This record gives sequence, C-alpha cells and structure tokens, in this order.
Amino acid sequence: MNLIDRYAQRRFLRASRAAEQRVGLAGGIKWALRYVFPDHWSFLLGEIALYSFIVLVGTGIFLTLYYIPSDSLVIYHGSYPLLQGEQMSEAYRSVLNLSLSVPAGLLFRQVHHWAANVFIASIVLHLVRIFFTGAYRKPRDFNYFIGLTMLMLAILEGFAGYSLADDLLSGMGLAIAYSVAMSIPFVGAQLASLVWGGPFPGNSTFWPRLEIVHVLLIPAALAVLITLHLAMIMRQHHSQFPGPGRRERNVVGTPMWPAYALRSIGLLLAVAGVLFLLGGLVQINPIWQWGPFHPYLSENGAQPDWYIGWLIGALRLMPNWELVIAGRTVIPNPFWGGAAFPLFVFTVMFFWPALERRVTGDIRRHDLLERPRDRPMRTAVGAAFLSWVVIVFAVGSTDRIFYRLGVSYTTQIHVWRAGIWVLPLVVFFVTLSACRSLQRSGSHPLRAWQGNVVRRSADGRLEVLSDSPDRVVPPATEPPVGTVPGREFES
Amino acid sequence: MRWLTRRSRVPPVLRLSLAVILAAASIVGLAAPPSQGQTSPTNPNGGAAHEFNPPTKSPEAPAPGDPTKSFPDSPGLRALGYTLYQGTCASCHGIALQGTPGVAPSLRRVGPGPVDFYLSTGRMPLDQPKSQPLRNPPLFNRAKIYALIAYISAFGGPRAPTADPAKGDLTYGFHQFTLNCAGCHQIVARGGITVNAQVPDLEQANPQEIAEAVRMGPYLMPHFDAKQINQHALDSIVRYVLWTRSPINAGGWGIYNIGPIPEGIVAWFIGLAALVIVARLIGERMDERT
Ligand code: HEC
Ligand code: HEC
Ligand code: HEM
Repeated sequence: MNLIDRYAQRRFLRASRAAEQRVGLAGGIKWALRYVFPDHWSFLLGEIALYSFIVLVGTGIFLTLYYIPSDSLVIYHGSYPLLQGEQMSEAYRSVLNLSLSVPAGLLFRQVHHWAANVFIASIVLHLVRIFFTGAYRKPRDFNYFIGLTMLMLAILEGFAGYSLADDLLSGMGLAIAYSVAMSIPFVGAQLASLVWGGPFPGNSTFWPRLEIVHVLLIPAALAVLITLHLAMIMRQHHSQFPGPGRRERNVVGTPMWPAYALRSIGLLLAVAGVLFLLGGLVQINPIWQWGPFHPYLSENGAQPDWYIGWLIGALRLMPNWELVIAGRTVIPNPFWGGAAFPLFVFTVMFFWPALERRVTGDIRRHDLLERPRDRPMRTAVGAAFLSWVVIVFAVGSTDRIFYRLGVSYTTQIHVWRAGIWVLPLVVFFVTLSACRSLQRSGSHPLRAWQGNVVRRSADGRLEVLSDSPDRVVPPATEPPVGTVPGREFES
Repeated sequence: MRWLTRRSRVPPVLRLSLAVILAAASIVGLAAPPSQGQTSPTNPNGGAAHEFNPPTKSPEAPAPGDPTKSFPDSPGLRALGYTLYQGTCASCHGIALQGTPGVAPSLRRVGPGPVDFYLSTGRMPLDQPKSQPLRNPPLFNRAKIYALIAYISAFGGPRAPTADPAKGDLTYGFHQFTLNCAGCHQIVARGGITVNAQVPDLEQANPQEIAEAVRMGPYLMPHFDAKQINQHALDSIVRYVLWTRSPINAGGWGIYNIGPIPEGIVAWFIGLAALVIVARLIGERMDERT
C-alpha cells in the first residue's frame, strides 16, 4: 500500500467516523448490506414493477415540461400535414408538438407509455406469484393490502395519463368513464360534476385537475406506498420456498452486498433497456393519427389501454339491466360493468387472507412459501377466479378475431355470458386434479428432474446417494451459501 | 380422478347454492339480449341502420356536372352479358332482374356503379343469400365484367361515380373521413366489426371502387349523396384512404395502427416477457429439485 492509498484510507475513515458520530447509520447500513435475499427468480417480479415505476417518474418529469393542461380551442399550424388549420384543444396541440417537434419528445412519450403498460403488467404478475405461493399470509397480509392498493392506484394513474392527450381515442374513453361515474347510485351525478366541473366534456378546470392527479397526487401516493411496502419487507424479511436448510425462522439466499445489489442493478438496467428499446422502435398511441376529440365524433374499435380492457369486457357482457324504482332509474346499466365489477374483484382479493384463515382455521405466522400444488384448493379457486377475470378481459378485445371466424357479435356475447360461468368451473376442477396428481407424483411440472445424485470416492468408484428422481437432497457437505442465523421472532 | 369421489370440505348447502347461482347466471346470460351501446356503430349522419338484406338499394346519382365513369357498351357485350347473367345471377336476382323477395334485391335501375363494384371486388356472385358479401378474387375477367355491366345497365339507373385523388385535399380528406367513415372503418381505415357486419379495412379498394361504395353503400354501409359528400370531399376522402396505406409512423413500427390491442400484446408478450426471461436468468435458483 503506497502513501497515497494510505492517505485516502485515513481520510475515508475519518470522514465516516465523523458521520457516524453525528448521524449514526453504520449499524443500519451494515444490517442492510447483509440483508439476505432468497434465491428465486419469481422474487424479481416485484422489482420489475419497482424499476418500471422509476422509469415512469423519470420520463414523466420530461413530459410535464411540455404538456399544457388547457381545453381552450386553438388552430393547429404545426408540422403534421393532415391537421393543418384544424381546430383542437391546446392540450392536444401540446402533445402533438411534443411528439412531432420537440427533440426526443416522442421517444420519452413512447417510453413513458410502454413503461406504464409494462408496470401494471408486472404488478399483476407479481400479484399472481404472491397469491399462488401463499406469500400474503400472516404477517405479510398487511403488505398484500398495500400491494392491492398500489395496483388500484396504478390503474387509475394509467387511465388519467391516457386521458391527458385529449385525442379522439382518449376522449371516447373519458366519455365512457363519465357515463360510469354518472351511473353510481345516489352520488353519481354529484361525483361526476365534482370531477368534470360540469356536464361532459367538462369545463376548463377539469384539465388542470387531471394533470395534478396524474403528475403529483397519485405518483406521490404510490411513492409513499412503495416505501412502506419495501420497509415492511426489510422488517419482516422475505419469505422463501421450503428446501434444504430452509426453516420458518431463517433465510437462505444471497446477501445484499456484494452479490444481490449487483444483480438488482442489472435488473434495473434491463428494465430501462427494454423500455427504451420499445419506446424507440415500436410506436405506441400515435395521437396524430387519431386526430382531436370532439364529442360528436367516434371511431370503430376504440379501446382503452389493456389494464382498463376488463371493464370494457364487463360493460359488454352485462345484460341490459337497470334498477328502476317509481319511474326513476336508480342504477343505470353502466354501473354493473364499470363500477360494481372491479369493486367486487378487489373486494374479494382484499378479503381473501381473512377468508382463508376462517376456512382453514390456520392463524399461525408463515415465513415459508407454499408451492401451488401444496394447496390444491387455494390454487384451484385462484385459477378459477383469475380465469373469470381474464375471460371478461378477452371479451373486451377478441370480438374481431371471432368475427373473422364467422361468429356474429350477438352470438359471441350470448355464448360468453354462459362461458363466463362454465369455463372457470372447468378451470377449477382441472387445476384441482392437476395439483393433486402432482402432489402424488412429486415431479415438478416444468422441469422434472431425472437422474441420480452420485458421489465419487477417492478410488474413482461412483456411489449412488439416492435413486429417487424427485426430492433428492443434495449431500450436506457444505452449508448453503449465506445462511443467516435464525432471527428471533415472537409469534 | 380420486378428487371426484373424495369427500369435500365445503358444506353441501354452500355447494348446492353455488351450483344454482352459476346455472341461473348461465341461463340468463344465454337468454338476455346484448346491451347495446358498446360497439354499435354510431353513424355520424344519423342514417338509420339498414335492414338486413334490403330488398332493393338505389345508388345515389352523381350531381350534375360531377365526373362520371363510362363503361364500354355494344350489342355484342350485352348479348354476352345476358348469357353470363342467366347462368350465374338469375337464380337469385331473377331472370328479368326483378329480384327475389327475401333472397336478393332487384337489379333494375341500379346502373353500372354497383355492378362494377360488386363484380370487381369479387362480392358477386354470392354463394349464400343470407351471408355478408365479402371481397374475394373476382370470378370474371374484365371483359366479362364489362359485358355484365352493359347488360344490367341497359335496364336504367344512374351513371357510375368516379373519383380523382389528385384533385383531393389530404387534410380535408382526413377531416371528412373522421366525420363520415371512421365510426365504422376505424380512423386509419383498418376496419372492425359492428353489430351485424364485419367492416372491411380499406387497404385494397381502388379509387373507383371507393367512389362507387360511397354512393351506393354496400350491405349495411349507408349511402351518401352529393349533398352529404360532394365531389371534392369524395376526391379528398379517396386521397386520405390511399394515404392510410403508409401513414406517418413517426414512432417506429406501427403495429397495424389500431391502438391499444396490439400495444397490450407487445407490452405483455415482448416487454414483460423479455424482463421475465432476464429475471429467470439472474434470479439464481440454488437447488432445482425442491
Ligand atoms: C355504418 C357503417 C359504415 C360507414 C359509416 C361507412 N362504411 Fe364503408 N363499409 C361498411 C361495411 C359494413 C362494408 C362491407 C360491405 C360488404 O360487405 O359488402 C363497407 C365497405 C366499404 C368499402 C369496400 C371495401 C372493400 O375492400 O371492398 C369501401 C371502399 C367503403 N366501405 C368506404 C367507405 C367510406 C369512404 C365511407 C365514408 C364516406 C364509409 N365506407 C362509411 C360500413 C360502413
Ligand atoms: C346467392 C344469391 C346471389 C347470387 C347468385 C348473386 N347475387 Fe347479387 N346480390 C345478392 C344479395 C343477397 C344482394 C344484396 C347484398 C347487399 O345488401 O350488399 C345482392 C346485391 C347485388 C348488387 C347490388 C344491388 C343494389 O341494389 O345495389 C348487384 C349489382 C349484384 N348483386 C349483382 C350480381 C351479379 C352481376 C350476379 C351474377 C354474377 C349476382 N349478383 C349473383 C345475392 C346474389
Ligand atoms: C407499485 C407496485 C409494486 C411494487 C413496486 C412492488 C415491489 C415489490 C418488491 C420489490 C418486493 C420484493 C420482491 C418480491 O417479493 O417480489 C415486493 C414484495 C411483496 N409485494 Fe409488492 N410491489 C408492488 C405491488 C404489489 C401488489 C399489487 C401486491 C399484491 C397485492 C404486492 C404484494 C407484495 C407482498 C405480499 C410482498 C412480500 C412478498 C414476500 O416477501 O414473499 N405488491 N413488492
């Protein structure tokens, strides 16, 4: 070690001592660096969501610099030939200019939109993994509620952002949202006029409100909830799959520093890379092709982003029922598909942990995960419920494909109205029996391991340690990497 | 299949009521009429939705002074047309072009436009009277189509419209298309479905066919007269339709220009799928056998 190195080291030590005397974080940092992450790829799904959120915030700040939340009418004289001299709102014009004139504006817009689509998709996948491995059980049920709240907020956030542009597609979406808001019994009319500031398409206060909700309120709420979510995970520690050396009270895996942090930074870069590649190469929401929104216009096949698609499916599937009392429509039709359906889906998910505790009578704390097949009933109910929602979702978008196959739109709706109840039942029984037979055979559905574990002795002979193809325990010579001593918990 | 015989832990009352609810919901679903409102086409002109298989359609005549399209005519062509008509069309449209109630409309006084449109887009002869005529490879060559046009237009009818995209204005065309056609054909003319019909994309129709379609309104499409869409608007619409075949895709790969459905597919099956593969690669699994 030469002189300069030693000098630098001394400076560093002195600086950290000074910091430690004043702030005193060393214990926390040491603890954080030695935090152990269980080794399983599905634990990274939540991180994909986290990093998409970061990309969203970053690109969103750029967009905010150019967006003008105003519905005042202007005449377009920008660079897009097909809209020359056309009347449009200032909001729409600002997004047109952002897309076609501002340098890198379109790149940022497209990355932002792709990130939103991938963000919510990854939350859903994360939720699927949480559900089917039983990670939501005590003590993580609280964090599961936070996650569900974030999912709802993320969907709302996406819809608000999609609506900001005031193009033909988003305008039609807002019109549907308005009719759903109006349909809420008793409070609907007040609620709608509160949000829109008047009858559709709303008065000029609507746009600044929508912008504040999208760029500030919901993102801030999400940031707080994400912090809470991660803090809860650190505090309770990750759950883990059962396995050799893994018990309820320990975590086997990779420590934060140096191994896991690098892995996670790699994932951050991959998320940013994929989103920027999509944003640079694949066009998303080309609003200049849609044209400006005017309430008297419409277009065929107008669809919302995918995460609202399940509501469109529900609106279509719902028979034309309304609750009319004494000549007054108390519950108009859009309420069922647009409000009651999502409310029901989220209510079921929120009550699931309590429901499961009630049915199984298991109120203990659980830190070991379960494989889907370990709990056939949960897996089957979950799969049936998931398929129920997915079918509703599909009804909102596959009409064109089925039509091409010669099934009329009316027939499709009729068939789906029955299928929506029959198919989940089929899924339920198929999943149940698949889980049970997997449990019996013990093999892994995707990568059943075939072979023997052998040990070669000094003279070169091979000794078979186990001849059962499944559940072979590896020779316990060296301890699994990164075992931490069991932390003390009170249950 | 042991789970079938195993005793269930769900109480029988609950199971029974679940079964009843599901069965009732299915029956109601099959029986209830579909709620309108979601995909029913809004015809911006307020034109009433056409009846299924209208008995007769009268194409709109071009306004005086508008350009029209003329087709060759001669006694020889008419004679060939007569033979072809009796061979392939008369079974539905009647031996004297009078139509067959409930099967096919009369062809008297339709004029050359509809005949040209239905034959050059291969829609006629139809094979099922009740099915929607769709674009197909034409059954007849140009000479035979001229023969049928000559024969059928001898029974009267307006002259065929035509359009010249070079005289049209792209901006105005986009505006007019949004106003009159996008409600069915989608804003970038990619088609879609409406309650009783499949709406074709407009990637194959040539200017002549577009002009004829607008004035005649094939199947459930409304027809537009020169007051609703004048010749300049028609030229402009045609120009816009030709433009939609290679629109300005400033953002990269256009994924068919229909918006959220392909976008959602890309987000899930390219974006998220790639990231899950990354997670799978770096999220190490210590023991494959648990
Ligand atoms: C009410 C819905 C509706 C509206 C509005 C409408 N169309 Fe159509 N259009 C259709 C349907 C349905 C068909 C298919 C007819 C058939 O199958 O014979 C069609 C067919 C066509 C075709 C033939 C396409 C092909 O490839 O053979 C053209 C061209 C066309 N429309 C142009 C237009 C234009 C231009 C406008 C606006 C002025 C317009 N349509 C407005 C429903 C509509
Ligand atoms: C299977 C029965 C059938 C046959 C065969 C048939 N058509 Fe048609 N045709 C129909 C029906 C049904 C319609 C109405 C379609 C619609 O509304 O778009 C029609 C419509 C037409 C029209 C438009 C009429 C209008 O009012 O604008 C023309 C032109 C036409 N057919 C020409 C022909 C010719 C020429 C042939 C022979 C080559 C032929 N059709 C063979 C059933 C048939
Ligand atoms: C804003 C969106 C979200 C972000 C950024 C996010 C992020 C994360 C991260 C990074 C983890 C740790 C790794 C992992 O287990 O995947 C995690 C864990 C967890 N998440 Fe989320 N998540 C989000 C939404 C959700 C949702 C929608 C749910 C469920 C409804 C949820 C429930 C949980 C639970 C219960 C854990 C603890 C799991 C365990 O330790 O095994 N999260 N989340």
